[in-house]
Amino acid sequence: MARTYQTPLGRARGLGAAGEGSHHWWRQRVTSVALVPLSLWLAVAVAHWPDAGYAQVVAWIGIPWNAVLLLSCILLTTLHASLGIEVVIEDYVHLDWAKMLAVVAVKLILAFVALTAAFATLRIALVGG
Amino acid sequence: MGPFALPTSSKVTPGKLFPAPPGARRPRRIEIYRWDPEAGGNPRLDTYEIDTDRCGPMVLDALIKIKNETDPTLTFRRSCREGVCGSCAMNIDGTNTLACTKALDDCRAVVRVYPLPHLPVVKDLVPDLTHFYAQYASIEPWIGAQTPPPADRERLQSREERERLDGLYDCILCACCSTSCPSYWWNGDRYLGPATLLQAYRWIVDSRDETAGKRLDDLEDPFKLYRCHTIMNCTDTCPKGLNPAKAIAEIKKLLVERQK
Repeated sequence: MARTYQTPLGRARGLGAAGEGSHHWWRQRVTSVALVPLSLWLAVAVAHWPDAGYAQVVAWIGIPWNAVLLLSCILLTTLHASLGIEVVIEDYVHLDWAKMLAVVAVKLILAFVALTAAFATLRIALVGG
Repeated sequence: MGPFALPTSSKVTPGKLFPAPPGARRPRRIEIYRWDPEAGGNPRLDTYEIDTDRCGPMVLDALIKIKNETDPTLTFRRSCREGVCGSCAMNIDGTNTLACTKALDDCRAVVRVYPLPHLPVVKDLVPDLTHFYAQYASIEPWIGAQTPPPADRERLQSREERERLDGLYDCILCACCSTSCPSYWWNGDRYLGPATLLQAYRWIVDSRDETAGKRLDDLEDPFKLYRCHTIMNCTDTCPKGLNPAKAIAEIKKLLVERQK
């Protein structure tokens, strides 16, 4: 490393505290707890489809409560994944521009996934098929 | 990405063997990491055979015996030899601990001694703790109070208020916990690490301190605090039996609590 005259304390303080982090942490905890019953519901529901064909699944999603719970699953899973993957990237990617690019890309991709899945669900629930 | 492999210049190579003295009744092998900045080159693993019948019970006793009788170039920090100063923190058989409180009988057949992980090595078992101490200084580990102390006495605490510091004030800053933490390995430049965060919590919960809010402000940061992913290596390795992971969890709870 090139010689530096910055003091160890100056280096340790760095740019100071960003003033955020607790909201991110709390959202990650809340979404994970909320996903416990939702994931169980989805797993049980999917296991109960016998040899469901297209028409049966569309009819199942068409039931209002199913549609609402499915939408909750979609939004919370993608939000939880987005928060979690962001932390993993921050942990391991140390190149500043690559880190920022990766975090933004993950957020946009997951937002796109959430929108697409939510739109499909709503379309089936409201218009049908 | 973070570098996951050691740089080639850090690869440990086999070193010299210092055989047991003739007539040794209970010889024991101790392998020790050696690196001399003046000689340069790669670090090596030297093997020393000592007679445990003529050595004290702890790993530190063995190191001192080796330095006194076999190899005076062996370099390590030590002072109190009773687990209160934290100088002889090192990695013994793969676990960070204090050489002075780790009994040879509790080690593997061949004892393996390395410096604390993932710090620059000054020489042999002596790591560079400059950044670790600077991080400790950055949390201002002293009382912050606007109210002057009573003129005729010290600042008082109730028995319960004092008890809140138990398990926190006992930390000797040996750095075993911080250097066992993968998050501190990858992001130690910004993540404060378990030792410094436990100390930060020690001042946040001190009833005599009036700056808890500012202390929490200074920790509210994705890197300084939230690189802790509750891996628990810190609590697992602490040679004083403390629980830094719990202290960090309490800080996170306080940060949420003050928003509700």
